[in-house]
Amino acid sequence: MPGGLAHPGCARRGRPMTEIAETDVPFLPRGVRVHHCEVRKGWYLLAPERAVKMDQIAHAILSATDGDRDFCGIVDKLAVDFSAPKDRIAQDARKFLTDLVNRRMVEIRP
Amino acid sequence: MNQPVEMKQALSAVPIPMAMLAELTHRCPLKCPYCSNPLELAKAKEELSTEEWIDVFRQAAKLGVLHVHLSGGEPASRRDLEVLTSGAREAGLYTNLITSGVGLTERRFAELVERGLDHVQLSIQGTDAATADRIGGYKRGFDQKMKVAEWVKTSGVPLTVNAVMHRQNLDYLAETVDLAVRLGARRLEVANTQYHGWAYRNRFALMPTPEQVKRGGEIVAEARERLKGVLVIDYVTPDHLATYPKPCMGGWARVGLCVTPRGTVLPCHAAETITSLTFENVRDKPLAKIWARGEAFTAYRGTDWMPDPCGSCDRQTKDWGGCRCQAFAWNGDAATVDPACSKAPNHAEMRAAAEAEAAQATDDFEYRTM
Repeated sequence: MPGGLAHPGCARRGRPMTEIAETDVPFLPRGVRVHHCEVRKGWYLLAPERAVKMDQIAHAILSATDGDRDFCGIVDKLAVDFSAPKDRIAQDARKFLTDLVNRRMVEIRP
Repeated sequence: MNQPVEMKQALSAVPIPMAMLAELTHRCPLKCPYCSNPLELAKAKEELSTEEWIDVFRQAAKLGVLHVHLSGGEPASRRDLEVLTSGAREAGLYTNLITSGVGLTERRFAELVERGLDHVQLSIQGTDAATADRIGGYKRGFDQKMKVAEWVKTSGVPLTVNAVMHRQNLDYLAETVDLAVRLGARRLEVANTQYHGWAYRNRFALMPTPEQVKRGGEIVAEARERLKGVLVIDYVTPDHLATYPKPCMGGWARVGLCVTPRGTVLPCHAAETITSLTFENVRDKPLAKIWARGEAFTAYRGTDWMPDPCGSCDRQTKDWGGCRCQAFAWNGDAATVDPACSKAPNHAEMRAAAEAEAAQATDDFEYRTM
């Protein structure tokens, strides 16, 4: 099987990410999903061998990560929803999403 | 570090489990000499029925379990694997299929994907057909695995490659990493053999040398850095060479449970080796009751049971006293310190035994048989 960008969702293969770019469109790949746990009364990000408890901010970021919005669009939406300064939100969202990309729990549209 | 009172209380309360290992069957076409199933395997007619398993999945989800690992034996040996997968998914669980790949067909796999399978964990026994098929005791197993990996890749379902390592394949760890990348895996689980049951029987053919383990650690460290964002690598140093024991199961009866093909509920898949414990069955009691109050679960939950050196150790909630099965195997009492810990009185003895086993010349296996 040749490498390269043929396989959707693997655009970053071989290219570790240092920081998500403004125009990157992040999405949750198959096998990664947001789940509400009734027993714990909280939101979890479920992925292979991982369950990450999400706080309100993390949940809001991933709810805005719909596979259509680029990073800028996500920040814009959150800034409106939370009436918060964009630079602060961008800082949080960038760190959070970059970390998830490097853990292969979020991917970038090719 | 001071432990606040609230934390002490939280530790003695009944925790909410995160994960359940569902050993759907012990049947398996492979004969791996380190199989984690017990020496005495369950027969097909003893297995829980489709309806019983689906009920167990529903009970587990109500208990707070998030992940279910559909395992075996080979889970594809169950003809109802497709129904069980959608049953688990509909119960609200994240479904992980732990498979050798043997018994799956392209059509069967497509059906699993259709029914919402979340993740596949594919075992490999070696990086070339001759080695892999000799270790697994099954001809053409390797070729089948390569096909399955291709189906998984095409489907988009995330793939983890699970490689059980030992003396006879640890020198091929770099190739194992390469193979995982080539197969499109998002994760590689490098699992050093745990020496219970079948693996204990085969320890003279499996125990790695300290040099192999050291080199293995270096290969993983290098690969992790190089493959950041491509492949996540899980790796745990073999017990006897570590300074502290691993937090087995994330702590006894704390985050996970296991249900055997017969419906016996265990705090860990190897727990039945602790012959002083009695275990309960989902055919007799609700899962929630067994988890909360079952004798085997309460025996070593939390930290109250710990003798010294664990009882006064500041790592007690980091490694949870290590492995109860290993403590029982070595000391005849599961409520003692795991010999894998450098603070254990017999740690040096354990290390010496492992080194002596590693120095044995045999490559011959006693394969797993029903």
